Amino acid sequence: MMARLSDSLTRAYHSDLAYNFRKSPVAVLAALVALSLVLAAVFAPLLAPSNPYDPASLNLMDGFTPPMTENAFTGNSYLLGTDNQGRDVLSTILYGARLSLFVGVMAVLFAMLLGIGAGLIAGWRGGWVDTVLMRVADVQLSFPSILIALLIFGVARGLIAPDQRDTMAIWVLIISIGLSDWVQYARVVRSATMVEKNKEYVQAARIIGVRPVVILTRHILPNVMGPVLVIATIGLALAIIAEATLSFLGVGVPPTEPSLGTLIRIGQQYLFSGEWWILLFPAIALLALALSVNLLGDWLRDALNPRLR
Amino acid sequence: MLAFILRRIFQSVIVMLTVALVSFALFRYVGDPVTSMVGQETSLEDRAALRDALGLNDPFFVQFARFLGNAVQGDFGISYRLQEPVMGLILSRLPATLELALISGALAFIFGVGFGVYTALRRRGIISNAIMTLSLIGVSLPTFLIGVLLIWIFAVELQILPSFGRGEVVALPGGWSTGLLTPSGRASLILPAITLGLYQMTLIMRLVRAEMLEVLRADYIRFARARGLSDRAVHFGHALKNTLVPVITITGLQLGSIIAFAIITETVFQWPGVGALFINSVRAVDVPVMAAYLMLIALVFVIINLIVDLLYYAVDPRLRVDRGAGASA
Repeated sequence: MMARLSDSLTRAYHSDLAYNFRKSPVAVLAALVALSLVLAAVFAPLLAPSNPYDPASLNLMDGFTPPMTENAFTGNSYLLGTDNQGRDVLSTILYGARLSLFVGVMAVLFAMLLGIGAGLIAGWRGGWVDTVLMRVADVQLSFPSILIALLIFGVARGLIAPDQRDTMAIWVLIISIGLSDWVQYARVVRSATMVEKNKEYVQAARIIGVRPVVILTRHILPNVMGPVLVIATIGLALAIIAEATLSFLGVGVPPTEPSLGTLIRIGQQYLFSGEWWILLFPAIALLALALSVNLLGDWLRDALNPRLR
Repeated sequence: MLAFILRRIFQSVIVMLTVALVSFALFRYVGDPVTSMVGQETSLEDRAALRDALGLNDPFFVQFARFLGNAVQGDFGISYRLQEPVMGLILSRLPATLELALISGALAFIFGVGFGVYTALRRRGIISNAIMTLSLIGVSLPTFLIGVLLIWIFAVELQILPSFGRGEVVALPGGWSTGLLTPSGRASLILPAITLGLYQMTLIMRLVRAEMLEVLRADYIRFARARGLSDRAVHFGHALKNTLVPVITITGLQLGSIIAFAIITETVFQWPGVGALFINSVRAVDVPVMAAYLMLIALVFVIINLIVDLLYYAVDPRLRVDRGAGASA
């Protein structure tokens, strides 16, 4: 068991992709930044000095403490200062990044599932199913995705009873961002499926009577996953930015559970009174997260398939 | 030629009808129009009477046809939130958004082409590398963050530019109001225009740079140089001219995105435009305004796409011979 594991690790180390990765300082740096941010976000409850979601632990007297200085009333000191409600900025960033990442990853998974499904069906069936799906995709693609997400969010708000809006907000957000971003997956999977379905292994599988569902998921899908992963990585950066934008616009997550976008929205209100740290640190966290994931996606695209450029 | 134009216009009409259907479904089935219009003490009989009077009990297609008929005449009903006709609300805010969008589009085009040409000609220069690196950060920065950071630098720290609103506006005949004629109006426009145009600028810049590098390798450029033409004539007379066709197309298509992204910029700068109206309507679930905005944006997109396609057809002779090859490129 151990021997097999170390064997596959050595093989992974000597693979093209890993070689390419070691040769690209940008990719290594981006991966390090992204990995540490993801780890910090996942283990936020263990790492954060306080729990910003717990109103009982907050002291309003602690509000507006500048970074690394003692509060005039309580004598407490915080690495990155506190916000208007006395929440430790470092903790809100860790919990906020956790929420932003959760929404981003779930939205990408949802878009992927939807896009792969539509792409496989359109590519496999062809005919009117293909025409209808791709026309819908074309129309949607000609509008910016943030507009689509906003519209879906607005519609969902109208359909959900007002007292459930806050608890459902995160899922509504995930679905709106996911629905606004499925088209790219569908297009790539569709064209790849159309190529794969005429190959001999698929023909052979059909002849021995394998059901189409099995052919699509077990035979064709693994062969079209490469480009899908590239789109998903870049899509994650876009989804994180989309979530931050919607939350900043005040139509995202409820303010009691702030994401990075909400934190920046709060911080903007205190710029004019000189409390810059409430804005700056969440902004840096968001930028680092989006930029590192984006760079990783770019690298992966070039490494896996130079033709995709 | 005529057949192509007719087919394209037919497609546009289909798209508009689809959007209208979505828009109507929003209008009709998200929330109850009657509940949104009356107070709590209205009796059930009165509600039923109102429902009948509004024609909400008619068959689906009758209602849809009525919606279409009204929409074509610019009647989108009354805003639930502001109790005013939706079309009037939108028209009164349209000048602010269009002014902002056109100015930032122009900025993006001028600086995008300028930087693109510069970085293509001086590929290894320090300034070029700096511009390229900055553009990468510019693409990754969310629009709202750019706006907030600009406010911080220019309005809070340096205090040289206003951070919100449109400044003083002048009413022009025809219901148009402009901020371009007053000093405070022009100063207010600077930060929002940069915020909105920055992303499009980097996009145009990268496109121009890539196209320029491609064209500069072409044979006719080598021959132009061999004929002894000056660098200036080669770069701007021969090379730049041939890169501009795709650039103008992309810029045209981006104009639609600029109008849509204005939602974010207008919120950051409290710009009294259509985008800010839309975001407030989404927050308040003000369905008539949402439906009207959707139709308006769709119309803008469809018209821009149509014009760009027709221009393409006029500019590129290959499309006339073999449409398939041109369309897939």
